Amino acid sequence: MKNGEVVLKGLNRRVFEDMMIKSMRRRLSVLGEWKITLAQSAVSAEPLDENTDLNEAVEICRRIFGIVALSRAALLPKDMDAILENTGKYLYDELSAAHTFKVNAKRSDKSFPYASPKICEILGERLLNEFPDLSVDVHDPDIVVTVEIRDRGAYVHGNQIKGAGGIPVGSSGKAAVLISGGIDSPVAAWMMSKRGLRLCAVHFASPPYTSERAELKVHSLLKKVSEYSGRIDLFVVPFTEIQEQIKDNCPEELFTIIMRRFMMKVSEKIARKNDCGALITGESVGQVASQTMYAIACTDEAASMPVFRPLIGMDKDEVITIARKIDTFDISVLPYEDCCTVFTPKHPRTRPVLKYVLEAESALDCEKLVNDAAEGARYVLIDSMRK
Amino acid sequence: MECYLDNSATTPVCREAADAVYDALLNNWGNPSSLYKKGIEAENIVESAREAVAEKLSCRSEEVFFTSGGTESNNIAVLGTAASYGKKGRIIISSVEHSSIEEPAKKLEKAGYDIVRLGVDRYGMIDENELYNAVTPDTILISVMAVNNEVGTIEPIRSLRRAAAKTRALVHVDAVQAFGKTDIRPSAIGADLMSISSHKIHGPKGAGALYIRGGFKKDRAGVRISPRTFGGLQEKTLRPGTEPVPAIAGFGAAVRALPDTAAELKKITLLRDYLIDSLRAVDGVVINSPPDALPFVTNISVLGIKSEPMMNYLSSVGIYVSSGSACSKGQKSRVLRAMGISDENISSALRISFSRFTTSDEIDMLINGIIEGRKKIRSSRR
Repeated sequence: MKNGEVVLKGLNRRVFEDMMIKSMRRRLSVLGEWKITLAQSAVSAEPLDENTDLNEAVEICRRIFGIVALSRAALLPKDMDAILENTGKYLYDELSAAHTFKVNAKRSDKSFPYASPKICEILGERLLNEFPDLSVDVHDPDIVVTVEIRDRGAYVHGNQIKGAGGIPVGSSGKAAVLISGGIDSPVAAWMMSKRGLRLCAVHFASPPYTSERAELKVHSLLKKVSEYSGRIDLFVVPFTEIQEQIKDNCPEELFTIIMRRFMMKVSEKIARKNDCGALITGESVGQVASQTMYAIACTDEAASMPVFRPLIGMDKDEVITIARKIDTFDISVLPYEDCCTVFTPKHPRTRPVLKYVLEAESALDCEKLVNDAAEGARYVLIDSMRK
Repeated sequence: MECYLDNSATTPVCREAADAVYDALLNNWGNPSSLYKKGIEAENIVESAREAVAEKLSCRSEEVFFTSGGTESNNIAVLGTAASYGKKGRIIISSVEHSSIEEPAKKLEKAGYDIVRLGVDRYGMIDENELYNAVTPDTILISVMAVNNEVGTIEPIRSLRRAAAKTRALVHVDAVQAFGKTDIRPSAIGADLMSISSHKIHGPKGAGALYIRGGFKKDRAGVRISPRTFGGLQEKTLRPGTEPVPAIAGFGAAVRALPDTAAELKKITLLRDYLIDSLRAVDGVVINSPPDALPFVTNISVLGIKSEPMMNYLSSVGIYVSSGSACSKGQKSRVLRAMGISDENISSALRISFSRFTTSDEIDMLINGIIEGRKKIRSSRR
């Protein structure tokens, strides 16, 4: 493609633009060198090498939070003949596949001699001649051909592609997600990353109850999330000792609730050490026994930082829809034991009372167990720059 | 010391096979289809391996077709038979087949074929009467495994031919776990098709074979089967694609290195008996395999200890066993379920499988490992 570019637009908050441009620059760098500019509230990225893989560039940009919509555009000289000559060629595939179209012109550079309605008229006529099967539909066209006359030149593009939305990663700070390997936690992580949070992740490993494959599964899940969120600092916590201690010393029906309280405490410790301002979990009210309102109240009490639970009011199928969209579902359903399936009590308490939970917990040396686990955590960097 | 007791998943490659692979890679890398000398040399290697397999199966080498392994052989047997038959007939399999039979059968079932799955008894054995009654005039294929990969049950495969006698149905035997460990021969059991694999007999991965009685004839004389891949003239067009000469060379060498099966079976039976005796010393172990199983495979349950923690623990001390078929990566065993084994016993099942290189020291190590694991791992029982 000769005049290949990617133009990004729809950015709604100026203060985040720098952050977004920074992350675009970093992520697009795997494909080569780019000139990234911000003008008239649209960001444009122009490859310096014309052999750059633009399909992949679009895939990368579709995963950058903060971008509401994007289009792949040709940059033409600000010359009506050039526009007429090249638009049909540049959008050949899309126009051939469409039945109806309309032209949309925006002239922000008022020195251009043709007014917007005139551009639409001349270009529309030309395209009708070039594509005899095409007809005009101004209300519901298959394709909108957009011409934008800007300072740098004339941008021509077809339909917009929906971006990932949200706000740029990092603009809201950093939080730590508790990740088990199930369907929910990667979705929760993705949702909070969409709201501008950079991610840390805490995974609990209980060898020999859980295997190396269970941890590798978490790596794969986080890699998928990091296509959106950028790099993730993963901490793998040795959890066997804690689980065995609970199992040996606490009432069976409180096993899960006490275990989850420990997870919160260990995660908070790691989160604070790594400048995180909140925890993120994939809990949803009533989904399982440990996620009833009463159980969540007991779990919540274990942490003093805010706990974000973006899935709290979602149904499983709604979560699965997102998991499929971000491509984590097929990984999540691999059948390995994880820390949550080990020792599951037959009849877990669905209405635990905090007072009794604390009483049961007092049989353990909580502080030492939490400290040992947090300090024993192993660090893994997850960064899948989409290549 | 490492102790590998998962030989039903795969086997260590024997010296002879490794040498043959290496030699083919470095010295005979020609394309067997090329007309010049370099091609002919490579072709000779493939044909020599074919002869080795044929000799072991007591068949003619024209009846041996190389594939990528057991899964492909099984797929060609099921899908190729179905495709060559004009209408959608009945296919009889057992409920304990390997996924490479079950899954293509499921595909055909969706396409409208009538798939009958024979039930099995407590020991994974099909019932001959049920088999005879299942056969109808429109039955096109009967496919049952010779030896079960998870529990070692020896199926009554001679009855397949008898069942097929009154029809045009083809008889296929998945002999992946039996080949090289028993003297299974297609002509002796009346099989039209038989699948075998290289990496289960100390050969390299990536090679296997399908036996076709009378060979593959495009004029549809004899056994009627259609290819599932299309391309060049290799393997008489049954399985086109440039032959993986190194893998086939290794397969041939592994077959030649196979010891006398009768003597081997005696040795393995002693080892198996030693294993079962030793397991008596461990609390709460039940044997899921039948007493008359092929002694290479023994399936047990360590009650109260889930398979995965036990397997992980054993792996951490260098002992390798599995919780079932490696091809189903940790899913609950379909085979044990068909045998009517309780959920608790299924979730604590371990498969221990021997090879001719297994020693009694390894069994001692395993027993110690299980005893230690029992102590370390908290029971899942309440």
